[in-house]
Amino acid sequence: MSQGVFVIFDQNQGQVRHVVLEVLTMARQLELGSVTTLTFGANASQTLKVLGEYGADQAIFWDQEPFTRYSSDGFADAIAHVVPHVNPAVILFPASAWGKDLSPRVADLIGAGLATDCLSLRVSTDNRVTAVRPIYAGKALAEVAIETPVQMFSIRPNIHKAIPDPKTPTVLDLAPVVSPDSFQSVVTERKEAQTGVQELTEADIIVSGGRGMKAPENFKLLDELATVLGAAVGSSRPVADEGWVPHSYHIGQTGKVVSPTVYFAVGISGAIQHLAGISGSKYIVAINNDAEAPIFKVANYGIVGDLFQVLPLLTEEIRALKANN
Amino acid sequence: MKVLVMVKQVPDTATNIQIRSDGQGIIEDGIKWVINPYDEFAIEEALRIREKLGGEIVVIALGPKRVDEAIRQALAMGADRAVVVESSETLDLAQVAHALARVAQNEGFDLILTGKQAVDDDSAQIGPMVAARLSLPQVSIVIHLDIDVEHKRLRAERELEGATEIVELPYPAVLTAQRGLNEPRYPTLPNIMKAKKKEVKRVSFESLGIDTLPRIRLIQLTPPSERPEPTILTADPVETVKTLVELLHEQAKVI
Ligand SMILES: Cc1cc2nc3c(=O)[nH]c(=O)nc-3n(C[C@H](O)[C@H](O)[C@H](O)COP(=O)(O)OP(=O)(O)OC[C@H]3O[C@@H](n4cnc5c(N)ncnc54)[C@H](O)[C@@H]3O)c2cc1C
Repeated sequence: MSQGVFVIFDQNQGQVRHVVLEVLTMARQLELGSVTTLTFGANASQTLKVLGEYGADQAIFWDQEPFTRYSSDGFADAIAHVVPHVNPAVILFPASAWGKDLSPRVADLIGAGLATDCLSLRVSTDNRVTAVRPIYAGKALAEVAIETPVQMFSIRPNIHKAIPDPKTPTVLDLAPVVSPDSFQSVVTERKEAQTGVQELTEADIIVSGGRGMKAPENFKLLDELATVLGAAVGSSRPVADEGWVPHSYHIGQTGKVVSPTVYFAVGISGAIQHLAGISGSKYIVAINNDAEAPIFKVANYGIVGDLFQVLPLLTEEIRALKANN
Repeated sequence: MKVLVMVKQVPDTATNIQIRSDGQGIIEDGIKWVINPYDEFAIEEALRIREKLGGEIVVIALGPKRVDEAIRQALAMGADRAVVVESSETLDLAQVAHALARVAQNEGFDLILTGKQAVDDDSAQIGPMVAARLSLPQVSIVIHLDIDVEHKRLRAERELEGATEIVELPYPAVLTAQRGLNEPRYPTLPNIMKAKKKEVKRVSFESLGIDTLPRIRLIQLTPPSERPEPTILTADPVETVKTLVELLHEQAKVI
C-alpha cells in the first residue's frame, strides 16, 4: 500500500523559500510514514542541511542536466515516472507560482486529485487526508477530500508554522527518466524584482495604500512606515492600475491574496474585492478619514483620521518604541 | 493562427457569497454572472494575435444554460464563434479539463489561451491539466507574449514571487493569462449586434465520451471565521497614534 508523504519543491542556489519549511512541517505532522523530498537544479543537494533540520527522512536531488532549467512539461513527466517508486499516499507542493504551474500537470499525468492552496490538512481514516482551502478568494472555505489513491495538495504560504525536528536524511539515488520529447517549454531567463522588496504572500507585516494616498509620490510615507516595521508594501487595485505602484503590489480577489500577521490598510475603503484578499490577516489596522468606510468593519484596530497626519506620527512612534526595546 | 480561448462564467467579484444550508454549494439567486476576469485577458490577447497575424478565434465554455451570456460577451468582444459544452451537473476539475481538451482536439488549433485561475473555485488547474491531457507544453501566469510564426515558437514572460521569468517553447501550446498581459476592450454596440449572428455550437458533456471519475469530493463549505469587534480610535492624531502603538505592542504583541 502507498504510504508516506512526498514533498516536491524548487530551490535556488541551495536556498529554499520559507513555505518549503512550512510544508515539511505539515508533512511530518500528518504522521503517515516517511517524508521524502525531491528538488531540482544546480546546488540542489545544498538544501540537505535544511531538509534535515525540518525532519525529512529521505531526499532526492536532480541537479544534473536538463533539470538545471525549469520546464513544466519536462519536470512533470520525470515526476510522474518517479511517483510509483516513491509510492506515497500524499504529495505536497508549495502553492507558489512554481508549484501551481507544475502540480496540476503532475496530477493529470498520474490521474490524481489535487486541492490547490490548502490552509490545513487533517488525516481522517486509513491514510485519507481532508483539506481546507479558501474559495472565492476567502469569502468561503471548502473542506475537500481527494478520492484517488495518491492525494495531492498544494499548500498556501504563510499559514502554517515551520517547526524544526532534526534528522539525518538518506539521499536516495533515483535517476530521473527523461523522455526525448519533453523539456519543450524551458525557462531561459529570470529577472529579479528590485532587491529588498519582500514578497507580499510571504510577508509578516504589510502596509498597503489606496486611492486615499492621493498621488504616487505620497507612497514614500508608506515606505518609511514599512522600513521601521520591516514590512512589505502593497496596494489596492486602482492605485496599481493608475501606475502609482507596480502591478505586483495589487492585493485582492483579482490580485494577491495575503495572510500576514498585521495588515495596515491606509486610505483604502475596503471594497469587497479588496477584503477578499486580506481576510487571512491575523490583525487588520485601518487608517481612514471616513468613519463609515467598510474597512473599519473588518479591522481589529482603526484610526479615523487624515493619513497625512497619522502616518508620519505612526512611523515616529514605532521608531521610538523599537529604539527603546 | 487558430486560437481557442477557454472561458468560465463566475459570480461577479462584488458578490456577497452565501452558503447553502446543506453546505454543498452557494446560493445562486440574485447572482450576477460575468466572464472570469482572467479569461478576459485571454480573450483580449487572442484578439490582438488575430489583428496581427490573422486567423480565427473560437471560444469554448462549459456549464449550464446561463453560460450563453458569457459566450455572447466574448463574441461581442470579437471572437469569431463558440462551442458550448452543456452540462447542468457540477463536474469535477479533471472532468472539465478532459472535456475541454476533447473539444480542443476536435477543433484543431495553434494556441489555447485561458485565465490563470477562475475567481470562484480559485483552483488554477484547468490550463495545465488541459496541456497535460493534450501532451502540449504550457506557460502559466503569462504577462507578456511574443510569437515567432516562422519558427512556430513562443517567448512568454511569466510572473513569479518577486521575479519574472522568460519561457521559450514551440506551439501548439497552452498559456494562462495574468493581469498585466493587456487591457481588455469593451464590446462596441455594432459588435454586440454582430455577436448575435455568430455561430454557437452546442455539444452535451455526455456526447464527448469522457469517462474520467471525479477526483475531488466536497465535504462542506463554511463561511470564514468572524472578525472580532473592532477598536476604533477617533481622538486627535497624536493621541490615537500613541494608543494604537500601545495596543499593537501590548495587546496584540505584534510589534
Ligand atoms: C472585477 C473587479 C475586480 C476587482 N478586484 C479588486 C482587487 O483585487 N483589489 C482591489 O483592491 N480592488 C479591486 N477592485 C476594485 C474595488 O471594487 C474598489 O474600487 C477598490 O478596491 C477601491 O480602492 P481604494 O480603496 O484604494 O479606493 P477608494 O474606494 O476610492 O477608497 C479610498 C479611501 O481613502 C480614504 N481617504 C481619502 N483621503 C484620505 C485621507 N486624507 N486620509 C485617510 N483616508 C483617506 C477614503 O475615505 C476612502 O475610504 C475590483 C473591481 C472589479 C470590478
